Amino acid sequence: MSEAGRQLAGGREIVLPFSKAMEISILSLKIRFTRSLITTSGVILAIAFLMSVWSNNEIIGGLKDANKSEINLLLQKNGIETGSAEGDESSVAAQERMEEEQSKQAWLISLSLLVCVVGIANAMLMSVTERYREIGTMKCLGALDSFIVKLFLLESTFQGFAGTSVGIVIGLGLTLLLALLDYGTNVFTYFPVAGLATSALYALVVGTLLSLIGAMLPAYRAAKMEPVEAMRSDT
Amino acid sequence: MSDEQTQTVPAEGTQEEQEEKRTVVRTQQVKKEYVMGEITVKALQGVDLEVYSGEYLSIMGPSGSGKSTLFNMVGGLDKPSEGKVYIDEVDVAQLDAYELAWLRCRKIGYIFQSFNLIPVMTALENVTLPMVFAGLTSDESRDKGMELLGKVGLAERYSHKPFELSGGQQQRVAVARALANDPAVVLADEPTANLDLRTGTEIIELLRDMNQDSGVTVISATHDHKMLSVSDRVVWVADGQVERIANREDLDIEVTHVEGE
Repeated sequence: MSEAGRQLAGGREIVLPFSKAMEISILSLKIRFTRSLITTSGVILAIAFLMSVWSNNEIIGGLKDANKSEINLLLQKNGIETGSAEGDESSVAAQERMEEEQSKQAWLISLSLLVCVVGIANAMLMSVTERYREIGTMKCLGALDSFIVKLFLLESTFQGFAGTSVGIVIGLGLTLLLALLDYGTNVFTYFPVAGLATSALYALVVGTLLSLIGAMLPAYRAAKMEPVEAMRSDT
Repeated sequence: MSDEQTQTVPAEGTQEEQEEKRTVVRTQQVKKEYVMGEITVKALQGVDLEVYSGEYLSIMGPSGSGKSTLFNMVGGLDKPSEGKVYIDEVDVAQLDAYELAWLRCRKIGYIFQSFNLIPVMTALENVTLPMVFAGLTSDESRDKGMELLGKVGLAERYSHKPFELSGGQQQRVAVARALANDPAVVLADEPTANLDLRTGTEIIELLRDMNQDSGVTVISATHDHKMLSVSDRVVWVADGQVERIANREDLDIEVTHVEGE
């Protein structure tokens, strides 16, 4: 840094208060509501799937733990092995089947989440391209790279948080509905509240985190933009 | 535009009378080359230019003349391949990203051809954004923002979003925003290109008023001949070089001539 440069900086700083950043990113989401909705729907679907798998596991688990003969009968009717009804050899086979089932589930979940991240990244990249001039203008007004990153990450996080919340409700709701059809009110008798709450919490963290990850590259690209782009009149 | 009616005043010739004036932007043998594939385009080929504090300077030239490049250099938006650019006696090439942002925030106000207001923000929020960056509290920035909007005649429309304002009004907001942090220089990039004749004239007059009232230096790149009549000096750029620099006194005849057409 040159002597003159140091003089210029003069200890005074440029800032973007967090509250202002929140305000701007929420406004940006609001004005592009339809677009945000489409991006968010990807998150909603992925998280709804994740949540339905998890909550299904929890509900079945709760019913299994109840170990009531009439419930076990219902479970078996739906192709789910119950602890009491089998001998030793079939138990081993059931164990294997369950593990296989679980790995398949994990595979499907990771695939859907991956698709979700790619979708978010794609949507955010488009959003960045669309807003080149806006970003350039902000930089001309004195915004640092970090301001731009902050704005985009916040925006995506809000979007992810909202989408995830909706996804959780949808996933849980549908699973509950199906479980009610299959097992009747037994579901509520052995309702795994704690388990479902934990699942929901995990899903919330996963969904929000994915949105954040998906937005990283686009935010970085936006931040690296030259302010002179703001001058271009053709965009 | 007829050349014989304009007296060419070389840059050195004005030095004596301008000596007491402070130089706010200075370029020294600025060269800029762009490499496009195998061709190297020489956008600027050694430009020496001094801009004095408080003056209204217009940079004119056809597209491809290097006008935009020179303008961007002077505004700290681009760095020269060779030579030096000093803004407020600070060598721009020496600044890091943070200092450049600081310079843009505090020392330079930008006005764009297409207004470039942030679409999601109201007029007032647009004007106060640079003040937020500069660390003013929300009360301070609101008061100052309202004062500036009052100066450009849009105080009642402070809560309007850009799409609710006409082009001329948007550009007024942009002028207010450019003055937000009391910059040393306001850079206007073809500020009237997207406006009709009357609104364009209003914006030019507004810039001139701001220039006279607050003493802010205005540098504008333009094709617009209306701009000539308010400029203290006009710099013509051609082929990456300063073709000639003229003072306003020498331009009056020509302006009348052009407007008469």
